[in-house]
Amino acid sequence: MTQLLYALLSLGAFALVAGIVLAVAQKVFHVEGDPMVEKIDNLLPQTQCGQCGYPGCKPYAEAVSGGVADVNHCVPGGERTMLAIADLMGVEPKDLEAEATAPMIAFVREDECIGCTLCIKACPVDAIIGAPKQYHTVISDHCTGCTLCIEPCPVDCIDMLMKPELIEHWSWPLPDTQRARLGHDRRETHAGHA
Amino acid sequence: MPAMLRKLAQRLGILQHSFAGGVHPEMYKVTAARPVEVAAIAPIHILPMKQHIGEACSPLVKVGDRVLRGQKIAKSEGYLSVPVHAPTSGRVVRIEEHAIPHPSGMGLPCIFIESDGDDESDTTLEPLTNWRELNPAILRERARMCGLAGLGGAVFPTFIKLVQDKRFPIETVILNGIECEPWLTNDHRLMLEKPHDILTGMAIVMHMVGAKSGIIAIEDNKPDAAESMRRALAEASEMQGVHVVVLPTRYPQGSEKQLIYSLTGKEVEAGRLPMHIGVLCQNVGTSKALFEAVVQARPLTERLVTVSGDAVENPATLSVRLGTPVRSLFASRGLDDLTGLHLLHGGPMMGERLKSVDVPVVKSTTGLLAMRTETMMLAHTEEQPCIRCGHCSEACPVHLVPNLLADACRSDQFDRAENYQLFDCIECGSCSYVCPANIPLVHYFRYGKGQIAQTRREQVFAEASRKRSEARERRIEAEKTEKAARRSRVRRDHAPAKPVESAEPENNDATQEKS
Ligand code: SF4
Ligand code: SF4
Ligand code: SF4
Ligand code: SF4
Repeated sequence: MTQLLYALLSLGAFALVAGIVLAVAQKVFHVEGDPMVEKIDNLLPQTQCGQCGYPGCKPYAEAVSGGVADVNHCVPGGERTMLAIADLMGVEPKDLEAEATAPMIAFVREDECIGCTLCIKACPVDAIIGAPKQYHTVISDHCTGCTLCIEPCPVDCIDMLMKPELIEHWSWPLPDTQRARLGHDRRETHAGHA
Repeated sequence: MPAMLRKLAQRLGILQHSFAGGVHPEMYKVTAARPVEVAAIAPIHILPMKQHIGEACSPLVKVGDRVLRGQKIAKSEGYLSVPVHAPTSGRVVRIEEHAIPHPSGMGLPCIFIESDGDDESDTTLEPLTNWRELNPAILRERARMCGLAGLGGAVFPTFIKLVQDKRFPIETVILNGIECEPWLTNDHRLMLEKPHDILTGMAIVMHMVGAKSGIIAIEDNKPDAAESMRRALAEASEMQGVHVVVLPTRYPQGSEKQLIYSLTGKEVEAGRLPMHIGVLCQNVGTSKALFEAVVQARPLTERLVTVSGDAVENPATLSVRLGTPVRSLFASRGLDDLTGLHLLHGGPMMGERLKSVDVPVVKSTTGLLAMRTETMMLAHTEEQPCIRCGHCSEACPVHLVPNLLADACRSDQFDRAENYQLFDCIECGSCSYVCPANIPLVHYFRYGKGQIAQTRREQVFAEASRKRSEARERRIEAEKTEKAARRSRVRRDHAPAKPVESAEPENNDATQEKS
């Protein structure tokens, strides 16, 4: 009888301690924000271009995480981003809404710029510099090619140019064999269930 | 089986050390017995603004300028970089983008020099014949400004590793005369013809890094080269701690980490450098170039190039000025019509297919091969299913499982590929060479590495964009708050009767938005 009592007491004490530890851990290691939203947001290109129909990447990530939006709306992210999100969410990949265009960057024709600063206000990633009444310049290394600066320009002096390809950024294509192409085409099913 | 025998031999002390895997390709060293010939100076030289690993250079000359041989025509735009020099005297006729030897077929800005035939040299640089008394830092600067980069093909700026680091003192300098790629004979000929220059270069390196011992590594298919280096060593009384080591021939023994293991039994772990285990490796050609830079005050303006291949009837090891058009080199060996031939830049195992012959010889041009038959890495047009024979894993010198890696890369499962240590692959091509199913294994690995690098670049860019966009939002918030504060101040000034009520809600709004 006493043995039974001991067993119950010791187990009870152990459970109590474990419970306290867990409660404390929950407080101490509490994570702010929704980890799923963070994860999806980390897969997005951060262009903040709004082509997904949301005001930025984070809102789109929230919508996807909440099941409100599909995984295939981010245009600049292209197929790779879509596959990665689908993989993360554990859902079937979907065809892209729109094909991403070749990478572009904005270029201000400086002699025509009137220095109105409207493009600076429009650029979501601060890629344009220039003071009022002076011509403005796009920092090409910072420009994401989102085209949001084109519309507001009252004198139409911003062009979208092809982003120059760098030899350092060139990468080998897939081998030119039939098996390479076949194996590659099967990757979506892989990516979805790996 | 051979691997087991080798291990057994090592246990018994018959064989010292031996790196894993490897292959024995047919060597075709048809130019080995022919003395080096000096290639004619071309009428036009094309000098790309980047011929090394690292940052590109920017031109110091403009169109119309007269330049002398050895004159610096482009300066480094960063630390990991070496300048470019004029290969002969003449005039700058163009500065524009031009194709370079690169698998993409893309180009880089190049300086075009029309030679005037005088081949007049720039003599402003002083020879440092007293290098033994000089501070290593002075010699290091000399190596940098003379444009030295690893001539074994890797073209890593030489001066970078010629440094004394107290934490990692260099004990042994290894001179790499392995030359394990088929067809190529530059290092072989150099060891036969210029052994003293090579040794002096090695002595300079040892002085610079403070090393006491040195090894000259040669494979047993070049006994004459070993003999030549031994003779030269015997005559150089001051090089006591240096000796020649002859290793059994096996590809890729010339690869840095494999060579170090063969010689010392020490492994350079992934992500570490030879200096972390007290070793420095240098190619024999680079050693000779260092001798010329220091003792003869000559910047790097020429290199040895093996022009060979089964389509070249009159192959040779040539001493070529940098910037010489590849087409004219083939033409000088009697090969004018290149249609239908497979052209390679470098050796057949690690070299790359030339997309165009209108490219110049650069610092990394070890060989130029014209092949009639599709050999080795070129032969992969009909890829068959993997039969799981395991030959590829047996051949891999870094213990990878190439067939699984290729599977992962083919289906874009890059996480998996990285788990299989894709980035440890040295792209030696041994696996592709042995694969009976003709699977272009290395090509898959290059594809995979490129895709992963691309993703990483995108991630870095996205992160930077996010930071900028967040900074922008914070700034806009701050501006709003400030405006609100200003407005409330203005209002307070105009209506001093009841300032508190009007100011407070505004301020509250602003702080709320901010949080
Ligand atoms: S389309 Fe893509 S990059 Fe543009 S805001 Fe939406 S998630 Fe961001
Ligand atoms: S400069 Fe124009 S195109 Fe480039 S990121 Fe800014 S708004 Fe977009
Ligand atoms: S190419 Fe890479 S995987 Fe193939 S044998 Fe060489 S190191 Fe191993
Ligand atoms: S050598 Fe070729 S066929 Fe054999 S296991 Fe490797 S990849 Fe498969």
